[in-house]
This record gives sequence, C-alpha cells and structure tokens, in this order.
Amino acid sequence: MQNPWIYIGLFVLVGTIIPIAPIVIAAVLAPHKPNPIKQSTYECGMETVGENWVQFKSQYYIFALVFLIFDVETVFLFPWALAVNQTPLFVAVEGVIFIAILLAGLYFVWQKRMLEWA
Amino acid sequence: MNFWTDPIAAVAQGLMQTFTGWGMAPEVAGIVTNLLGVVLMITAIMVLDIFLVWVERKVVARFQDRLGPNRVGPWGIFQPFPDIIKLILKEDITPTGADKVPFNLAPILSLGSVIFLWAVVPVASRIYGVDLNVALLYLVASGAIGTLSIIMAGWSSNNKYALVGAYRMVANMVSYEIPLAASLLIPTLLAGSMSLNAIVEMQAKGVWLFLVTPLGALLFLVAAIAELGRSPFDLNEGESEIVAGFHIEYSGMKFGLFYAGELLHAFTFGGFLAALFFGGWHGPWAEEYPLLGAFYFVAKAMLGYWVIMWIKYTVPRIRIDHMLAFNWKFLTPLAFTLLVVTVLAHRLLMSLPLGLYVAGMFLVNLLVAWATLEVLRSSARRQREALGTR
Amino acid sequence: MTAEQIIFYLTAALILVSALMVVTTRNLIHAALWLVSTLFGVAVLYATLDASFLAVVQVVVYIGAIAIMFIFAVMLTRRDLLDKVPQTNTSWPWAAAASALMAGGLLFAGSQLNAFGAARPALSGDALQGLSLALVSADGFVLPFEVASILLLAAMVGAVYLAYKK
Repeated sequence: MQNPWIYIGLFVLVGTIIPIAPIVIAAVLAPHKPNPIKQSTYECGMETVGENWVQFKSQYYIFALVFLIFDVETVFLFPWALAVNQTPLFVAVEGVIFIAILLAGLYFVWQKRMLEWA
Repeated sequence: MNFWTDPIAAVAQGLMQTFTGWGMAPEVAGIVTNLLGVVLMITAIMVLDIFLVWVERKVVARFQDRLGPNRVGPWGIFQPFPDIIKLILKEDITPTGADKVPFNLAPILSLGSVIFLWAVVPVASRIYGVDLNVALLYLVASGAIGTLSIIMAGWSSNNKYALVGAYRMVANMVSYEIPLAASLLIPTLLAGSMSLNAIVEMQAKGVWLFLVTPLGALLFLVAAIAELGRSPFDLNEGESEIVAGFHIEYSGMKFGLFYAGELLHAFTFGGFLAALFFGGWHGPWAEEYPLLGAFYFVAKAMLGYWVIMWIKYTVPRIRIDHMLAFNWKFLTPLAFTLLVVTVLAHRLLMSLPLGLYVAGMFLVNLLVAWATLEVLRSSARRQREALGTR
Repeated sequence: MTAEQIIFYLTAALILVSALMVVTTRNLIHAALWLVSTLFGVAVLYATLDASFLAVVQVVVYIGAIAIMFIFAVMLTRRDLLDKVPQTNTSWPWAAAASALMAGGLLFAGSQLNAFGAARPALSGDALQGLSLALVSADGFVLPFEVASILLLAAMVGAVYLAYKK
C-alpha cells in the first residue's frame, strides 16, 4: 500500500505554493511607492512612544508550561483510546488513573493561583 | 465501477491510461495523477473560500437586520471578486525594521495550515485525499503550525500592538488546544480509530455520534470556536481595542490571506464537526452515489459554519483573563471528566443493543451536564455569599 | 537512485542546514525558527519510515509546544536579541579537528554494524494498533505509562515551585 504521506507531502507542497500566487500577482500589479512616513509602524496615527518592545508578562510562560504538560498527556491518551475497546475493563481504569493524576496536578496549579490573570 | 459510483477512482484510472499511453513510466504517471488530484482539490477549496466571503457578509448582514451586498450580481454573489481585486491592487507596505522572511512567510503558513487539513477529510465515501490513520492528531498538528505562523506575524511586524496581540492569541490558541484534543478523544474512543474515514463509516453503520455524546459535540464546538480566535473569543483581534492585533502591519493581499484563512478555518471546523458528530457524508443513498454524499457533507459543514457565525454575531466579546480562566478552570476539567465518564459508560453499556446503548449514553451525558451546572451554581452561590450580597 | 533516497537526502540536507543555522545565527528568534525547521525535517523523516503517529506527535509536541516555549522564553528574558560577541574563540582549529575525528570515528563504527546499508525491514501488521495494545497491556508498557503521568505531575509541581512568587 502506498505510503499515505506521499499524498500529504504533495498536498503540503502545493498548499504552500498556491497562497504564494496571490502575493506574487499583487507584487506585480500593485503600486510600490515606499516613503518613510508610510512605512513607520502603526500606533493609532501618532508617533511611536518608547521602544518597540513590551515587557513580556511572565504569566504567558506559565500558561505555555501547563499547556505543554497537558499536551504530552493528551498525546499519551490517544493510543490508550485506540486500545480501550478491545482489551479488558482494567485498561479503561488505567487510563482513568492517568487522567486523575493529571487532574490532581491541575487542581494543585489552580490552588497555587498560578492560573490567575492572563 | 462507473463515474457515478466511484468518481475519483474512475477519473484516476482514465488519466493513468492516458499517461501510460503517452509513454510515461507507471510511477511517474501515478505521481502526476496524484498531483493533478491535489491541485484540483486545492482549487476547489480556494473557490469555496471565495464563496465563503460572500456567505459571511450576507449572513452577518441578516443578523444585523440589513441586506448585505446585493449589487454585484444576483444577491451580490460576485461581491468577493471586487474584494479580491481591490486587495491585490493595494500597495504592500512593509514597515521599517520588520523582519523580512518571517513577515512574508506568516500569511502563507497561516492559510497553508488550513489547506493541509483538507487532505484527510472524507468528503464522501469514495472521495477523500488519503485515509490517514492518525487524522485527528493531524488536526491538532495543523493548529500547532497555525500558532507558529501567528507568533511569526506578531514578532516580525516590529510593532508593540502586533506583539501584544500575538502573545494573547497564541496563549489563547494554545490553551484551547487541550479541550479540543480531549474532545477529539471521545470519537476516537467510540470508534476505536483516529481515522476520519473509520469514524464516519462507524456513524454510517450505526448512529450519529452527537446522539451518543451531545456534550462532547458541544465541547468540540466551543473549543473549536476558541481555537479559531473568533468571537466571542476574539479579543486578540479586538477591532476596538488593540486595532487588529497581530495583523496590524499587513496590507493588501497578505491581509487577504489571513482573512481568507480565518474563514476557511471556520468552515473546516464546521466540516470536522459534521464528520465527527453528525455523520459526515452519511445520508440516504450516500454510499452508492458519492457525489450525493459530498453534497450532504458540504450541507452539514455549512450548517456547522452557520452555527459558528450565529454565535459570533450574537454574543459579546470575552475578556482575556476570563477566556483563559474559562479554559483552564472549566473546560479542561469538564473535558477530562466527560472523557472518563464516557469511557466507563461505553465499556459498561457496550454489549447492549443499539437503542438502549444510545439512550444510556445520552442519559449519562445529561447527568454530567446537570452535575456541571450544579457545581457552577454552588460555586456562584459561594462567591455571592463571600461578597456579602444575596 | 530511488525516489525514497532522493526524499531522504533532501530531508537530511534540510535538517543539517537548519541545525547549522540554529547554532550560528546571531538573532535568537531566528535561531528558534530554524529549530522549528529542523524539527519539521525530523517529522518528515518519521513519515517516510511509515511512523505516522510519531510524525504527527513530533509536530504537535515539539513544534506546537516546545518550540513555542523556546520562543516565549527568549522573549521573556532577553531585551537585546542580537548577540554581539564574536562567534568563535581562538582555539577553534582544535575544536574543528576534535569534532571531525569524532564524526569520522562514529561513522566508521556505524558502518561496521550489520544494519548499515541493509534494506529497511517492513513493519508487520498495523503499527498503530500494535503500539496502542503494547502501551496498555499488563505485560506491555502499562507501568511506564502510569509512571509517565507521575513524571508529568512532578513537572507541573516543579514549574509551580519555580514560578511561585510570595
């Protein structure tokens, strides 16, 4: 059986090239008159105040970390979900234990007020 | 097999015969046929995308009690073409100090990550790209590429507002991937396979999954809307707040690609909702006539898209901290609890006849929904008492 | 030169060039983006080996979570993202010689293995089903499966401990 990824590889290739076509057409057809005022960065019509860098709130990093943990957990759960139908009941209980341990972790993070703000 | 019972295979066979008749080696002919199929499918998707712009504007107009575009063609149906021509003819302004390569790559990746998804969607029983056995994880993977494209866009614009918008959007999309993936686990569990073809075929032979797990379908819908970054979760593009979020500095066709990508993404999630929970291409006579199955699928996907638009134009925007709290403190525990309850109920009820099974699972879902509402009510009551009001 | 070999060589070239750019480029965000390209190349390699599950997991976990965390970490800590110190120090010829020696030695040792240059063995049966059943069966990998959840719990507790402000 042919490897399905060949088709997907072609799809990815063509799917990346086709959105380039409108941009190329626009680059040919659209006017191109750069001047410094037009190209200055946008700040509601005023001159920019301060440098172009904002303090990155550390809270975003905490969310990314918690997301990483749960992402890995979900990836583990996919093969479990495939096998749970054909195996005895204790396999379902294994998965429930897995999820329960991680929900306990989420509760812990919640109680430590790490999920506040945004 | 004739054209009506198996369109793709018939056309592919015809093309292979033509190519080998011209003297091409069989493998090369196979690749060229595949390539033609890919180009055809992507062209169909892009044409659909253009049509979706018209649908969006008409529907939003009707929700807002006005007419929408009605001058360019009957019912304004050719309106997207002037829109596209206008966007192409606008000047492409790159702000000073912008990082050229990520700046240009971001809209392409953003639209591309949605187009990739259509390789695995079964449009009809014999019309699909590939039958990938990990199609649901492929959906999550395309969300990951979309997130990356947003960070690239926000970062390379060299603009504070774009950066803030990109951070918020990425925090949002990334957080809502968890309930999305957890709600995708439910059809995987019930069908025993991650492949979309297998899930749709299981629904065609049995019962549509939204009867078995209505709460799962609702969870998927909510997580999908949040993942899309559409209202009510669209603070990141809040037009009145941080202007246009991460795509402030994009003009002309690049902005057009972001916009078209967002609409197509919404339609694709409508399609996934239809395939996972509403039987996909299943309908009367859909197995014998795949084109009829394709019609059913597109109709169901349009219905899902209409529900997403309905929610967008009815509900006000949610604040970013409420959005993230909603995800981590409500949706994620609910999704995993539902998964646990579904797996236990499914294993216990699996041996019953179909009618009792569906009724049992439906009741279990109602039980979980009722329990959730009770928990919310008691927690709200506690908060009210803590505040001292009654 | 079969098509499989062509795809392998192209992917390997992509991975090597991206990895080189990760360590030599001066802009930290560019380095993170080149890392994404490297990880994507690895996912393509998994796909050519028929390991579909691993290929999508590579994209979901590595590109979708870990690369995003790298980018967030870079944005969190550095005000000035351009590295201005010189890229090599004075003992770089010794370092180059040592790495060439090690690379040559590893290649030589690898070429003595039986598997070097052999044809790829075909996967027996449905790999994904086999993986799932092995993961959850009692004489399979169920204990590491449960221990993995405890490991993830430990990671969450550690993250809270590191980030907790009083």
